[in-house]
Amino acid sequence: MSTGLSLDAASLPGQSLPWLQDFRADARVQYVAEGLPTVRSEEWRYTSLASLQKKTFTAVAPAASNQVADYHSQQLLADTWRIVLVNGQVDQRLSMLEGLPEGVRVMSMAAALVEHEALIHRYLGHAMAAIKHGFIALNSAGFSDGVVVHVPAGTVLDKPIHCVHSVSHAELMVNTRSLLIIEENASLQWLESYGGIDAEYLSVAITEVFLAENAKLIAYKQQTESSHAYHFAGMYCKQAPYSCFTQHHFALGGVLARSETHTELATAAECELNGLYLGAGRQHLDHHTQITHAQPHSISREYYKGVLNERSRGVFQGRIIVEQQAQKTSSMMANRNLLLSEHAEADSKPQLEIYADDVKCSHGVTVGQLDEKSVFYLQSRGLDEASARNILIFAFANEMVEKISHRPLHAALLTAVLTRFPKLAIQPVVG
Amino acid sequence: MLSIKNLTVNINEKVILNGINLEVNAGEIHAIMGPNGSGKSTLSHVLSGKPGYQITGGTIQYKGKNLVDMAPEIRAREGVFLAFQYPVEIPGVSNVYLLKAALNAVRKHQGLDEVDAMDFLSLVKAKIKTLDMDEKFLYRAVNEGFSGGEKKRNEILQMAILEPALCILDETDSGLDIDALKVVAEGINALRSSERAFIMVTHYQRLLDYIKPDYVHVLAHGQIVKSGGADLALALEKEGYGWLEQGQVSA
Repeated sequence: MSTGLSLDAASLPGQSLPWLQDFRADARVQYVAEGLPTVRSEEWRYTSLASLQKKTFTAVAPAASNQVADYHSQQLLADTWRIVLVNGQVDQRLSMLEGLPEGVRVMSMAAALVEHEALIHRYLGHAMAAIKHGFIALNSAGFSDGVVVHVPAGTVLDKPIHCVHSVSHAELMVNTRSLLIIEENASLQWLESYGGIDAEYLSVAITEVFLAENAKLIAYKQQTESSHAYHFAGMYCKQAPYSCFTQHHFALGGVLARSETHTELATAAECELNGLYLGAGRQHLDHHTQITHAQPHSISREYYKGVLNERSRGVFQGRIIVEQQAQKTSSMMANRNLLLSEHAEADSKPQLEIYADDVKCSHGVTVGQLDEKSVFYLQSRGLDEASARNILIFAFANEMVEKISHRPLHAALLTAVLTRFPKLAIQPVVG
Repeated sequence: MLSIKNLTVNINEKVILNGINLEVNAGEIHAIMGPNGSGKSTLSHVLSGKPGYQITGGTIQYKGKNLVDMAPEIRAREGVFLAFQYPVEIPGVSNVYLLKAALNAVRKHQGLDEVDAMDFLSLVKAKIKTLDMDEKFLYRAVNEGFSGGEKKRNEILQMAILEPALCILDETDSGLDIDALKVVAEGINALRSSERAFIMVTHYQRLLDYIKPDYVHVLAHGQIVKSGGADLALALEKEGYGWLEQGQVSA
């Protein structure tokens, strides 16, 4: 494959571990046999990787450059811990992990494979046993590093760990695998940011999440890749009874970006998936979610919004599976799209597969333009038409930003959203 | 202040207004009454510049300028205010933000500095009290989830902040219970001045119990078929619109 599946085995971490060699070898066989997913697959029908297939990306990482340092200085968020990956390798010098609660481990995957082999062996690959497409195989076969977080039972982290992924050179393929292991009654806030230099590169990141009973995760994802970058990131989650998983996802960058969030809920577990995608130019922003209600009394809430300008395309595929024994499931899913150009496109596909008979499930999709009555109402109060439209677009998007309670992150996202639509020269609105 | 001469307006080739003549001077209150479909709301929309109407003849002069040529926002900045029959809900935009943006747009147009944040808040809080509204409305999204009465009060609040010269009230009394009607009427009466004119579009006479008009005009089939003083509204209340409409047909 030209997308540079690295067969340079010696450079990958954990090569002395036979089980990991097998794990990687199996994935390599699958990847070589199947390649990347194609639109023939139902789960990929709106997203063609043909343009990616033509590119040549290499997995060998040169030393980081100053441009990455610049990127990081823009990413520093107050009131967070920080772990930084540059070109797919954890860089301890850029990280800041002082003052973590006792017993909490935040380390590179490479180090974890040496120091906590048994822990990694127990979890790696187990959050997505049933989902195996080419990107996952590519990642399993060739991940260069990643982050492992282990929060012991009963421990609560009162501020987020900010995991910064960045790419410093053109034509790189960056491939990372992370594990978040959150034990009983523990709580983690986790923020992933993705970005890099203004060039073509491919970023592949997979995170497996294991929430034990009554554990809690709030995950934020800030996808601000270069406008030429290809991005694939998946978060695959296993939720034990009474656990709670919330994700806030902001897809702003990349020329072609695919994000997957899959979770499986045991008894009375809850998940809330929120997303905002802002497309411009020829961006293609794809979101695939899958929520499996495997046991009774679990709850899922899902809300994705898209604003699509120029020739951009937004994809939302939301799959909800309610298994036969998952009685009393409550599930709500909504996807709302605002098209700002006649050339923009939104593809939205809710998929409900319900095998239980006593459940409450709803879903809704809208694709529309700005409400002209609202535009006129604002004009009739003295605002010019361009400002009126900008305010309404911003208000549509800002609903998702307003869900973020961490103030420094809220401010960063607000700036990112406003920057995405440069004409939005307005002040934050909702007081 | 406002001079409408022989105004004809179409919607999609259909004649809605068919030769309206109306003179409104500063300090006056004009009530426009008429049955459903007579063109009352069209008149208020055309004055505020709502798109979708074709002006096929006649003129509208406002303070000596051609109103028809002005974009809706220019009309607003020049002092024309429409209180909507159905105020629009705008999720994600707070009331206080809209009020401030609107006030500053008007002030900028008049060559004034933007209002200081503290001054603005004390101004808004004073006005909101007179309309018997809770301050929490300021921080809610514009009209979102408001009751019918709350929406109408919110329109009057905007009007009180912007202090327009020409206030057009489109069916402001519709959907109001008697208590809300009194509050809204008091809010309007508080704005009466020798510098300001009002056009009240209404189907029923009951708003006029609280706001006494100087002139009442009856609109039917796109024309003003009768004009008179406040007592004309009372006659209409008693006898309905039928006699005027028939009069028009036979004329």
